[in-house]
Amino acid sequence: MRRIITATVQNRSGVLNRVTGLLHKRQFNIESISVGRTETESISKMTFVVEVPDFQKLEQMIKQLHKQIDVLKVSDITDKAIVARELALIKVVSNSQIRNEIQGIIEPFRASIIDVSRDSLTVQVTGKTDKVEALIELLRPYGIKELARTGLTAFLRGHQPQVTEIPDYSILK
Amino acid sequence: MSVEAKAGTRTETNTRTGADLLVESLIREGVDTLFGYPGGAVLPIYDALYKAKESFHHVLSRHEQGAIHAAEGYARVSGKPGVVIATSGPGATNLVTGITDAMMDSLPLVVFTGQVARHVIGTDAFQEADVMGITTPITKHNYQVQSMSDLPRIVKEAFHIATTGRKGPVLVDIPKDIAASLQEDSYDTTFQLPGYQPTTKPNPLQIKKLADAIAKAKKPVLLAGAGVLHGKASSSLKAFAVKYSLPVTTTLLGLGSFPGDHKLSLGMAGMHGTYAANMALYECDLLINIGARFDDRLTGNLKHFAKYATVAHIDIDPAEIGKNVETKIPIVSDSKEALTEMHSMIQESPRHQDWLEQLEAYKKEYPLFYENADKEVSPQWLVEAIYKETEGKAIITTDVGQHQMWAAQYYTFANPDKWVTSGGLGTMGFGFPAAIGAQLAKPDETVVALVGDGGFQMTLQELSLLQDKGLPVKVIIMNNEALGMVRQWQESFYEERYSESLLPVQPDFVKLAESYHIRGFKVETKDELEQVMPEVFAYSGPVVLDCRVLNLENVYPMIAPGKGLHEMIGVKP
Repeated sequence: MRRIITATVQNRSGVLNRVTGLLHKRQFNIESISVGRTETESISKMTFVVEVPDFQKLEQMIKQLHKQIDVLKVSDITDKAIVARELALIKVVSNSQIRNEIQGIIEPFRASIIDVSRDSLTVQVTGKTDKVEALIELLRPYGIKELARTGLTAFLRGHQPQVTEIPDYSILK
Repeated sequence: MSVEAKAGTRTETNTRTGADLLVESLIREGVDTLFGYPGGAVLPIYDALYKAKESFHHVLSRHEQGAIHAAEGYARVSGKPGVVIATSGPGATNLVTGITDAMMDSLPLVVFTGQVARHVIGTDAFQEADVMGITTPITKHNYQVQSMSDLPRIVKEAFHIATTGRKGPVLVDIPKDIAASLQEDSYDTTFQLPGYQPTTKPNPLQIKKLADAIAKAKKPVLLAGAGVLHGKASSSLKAFAVKYSLPVTTTLLGLGSFPGDHKLSLGMAGMHGTYAANMALYECDLLINIGARFDDRLTGNLKHFAKYATVAHIDIDPAEIGKNVETKIPIVSDSKEALTEMHSMIQESPRHQDWLEQLEAYKKEYPLFYENADKEVSPQWLVEAIYKETEGKAIITTDVGQHQMWAAQYYTFANPDKWVTSGGLGTMGFGFPAAIGAQLAKPDETVVALVGDGGFQMTLQELSLLQDKGLPVKVIIMNNEALGMVRQWQESFYEERYSESLLPVQPDFVKLAESYHIRGFKVETKDELEQVMPEVFAYSGPVVLDCRVLNLENVYPMIAPGKGLHEMIGVKP
């Protein structure tokens, strides 16, 4: 199953290596990872999308991450009310004839063209993973020359619905 | 002891080198024994140590691996952190096995490695190695000192992390320029570790749940692991088990946490555990694990493990709970705290007399057994002879393999912290240097390094230390001219194709010992062994005893790989 995990970490040298090394050593598959600073200096936030076989393995992964001294907090936010976005840059083969056609395709995705050359253009799209993937599929027939994605970054919405079935990973459940 | 006084006698100056600051930090942490090996990148540190000679007992091993295994042995029997110093590059990489070993067996170590100067890090400089990269997965935590002012704080944090919660090795990598340059004295510093807050007190609700489960259980069993020893909870465990008549089995590393000669003791469980212990784990309806981590050598095939039981697990490391075995009653706690809490919780008297009788019958019907050779020395008999001669009171250290299993089976440990073995990592060459560390920690106790002929040859260069430090370690080589356990598996599972597991070419261990100015003995028969044994232990100095044993003896009983605990072989003659 695909889970979205966020980790608040001390922004120290080597912390990314600690976390990815741990996931690698314990055989967890990282689909994407994004890291950046937060509102607090010296604190960074990581968002991973991981593929885990079951809840037992998921619990183990969260506990192992938590054991890292530089990791302050780990949450599985998959089943919570969240905002999650990734950004993709897609360089598509195009000439002046089909530029308008592409413009028509990307418009409903609220994507934008951010670079144009004689034989290509670059589309920037942000959104949830499935939206980004849908657009990539639509653009694929035109010939994608280059594709770069940031991986998902996410956090909780300001308001959480009260009744939800949020699995509790506390060992005191 | 007067750590404060020692610190006080040092002249107070305002500027010192980073190395001086490090040494001062060590004194303030109460360190009095160091295991190490000098080299280019730690020259400033060794210079500072030279100036503080009176404060430390430095143990100069003959290989860094010897230093770190000695530190592990020291930590295991003393409960204090083992402190190791090695130089950059090869010095640091030679520590890797020991660091991993300490990580697997939760031994508190603080390891200082030299590093090349900051401005050449990353340039493949002479004796540079990416020690942070190499040791990140094998340490509880590691640091590279990036600025001099961080040094005292990092040392404090390192000792704190190594010795609290689930203990483990912490490494501090110190670039040479930081150790060498002068700086303002800034020892007094505090630290905060918001990401490291180990839980040591049990949740009362969970304790209540466990108490209820114990009151209801018809077939309860306690499994005691190394966590009981690390938590110094042996007497609490005994009081608890006795109060509620709970039978106790231990893991390999938990030997000694409960008296092996007690009526409630079932002996060791696992791959070469006793029938009674393994069947208790298989048939029980309540399994209370205290400080064991359900290692695969203990559980056998997980499908069959404790399949009828409610599992309760007390561990200071939450990540161990539910890792391998589904746990109904998880309790994150220090072992002693949890046992103390539980002690007063249960009201009802136990109602599992039938169960105790059943286990007693297993013990009688299926005891450990071996065929005692007439003239030659059976390896099990050797262990029994050592037990007899030392009255079961010695500190025993081992490597990994057949001799380790026989020591675990036949040296009935009645007291905690007498058993030093490489459990999780299974390191050959561990036992002898570990005995050196154990002897340094307990100078007045008898320390026996019971090693195989294979493992001893991996770290025997440390024989120099016995003379150097005047350590009366008794090295007893259980010599079967083979890598016994490898050979046993080749016999059992590879149709006796003894691929590279036989060691017919042996050094003359007596001459070897003598060349290190140590008394050496060699025995080949029971008679000879019986003659020599009292002399070995009566002699006040170190001894190497090369004891030839039956070459083809196998360790039984055994659970073959992939089998459950109830599928033991070799349980009866």
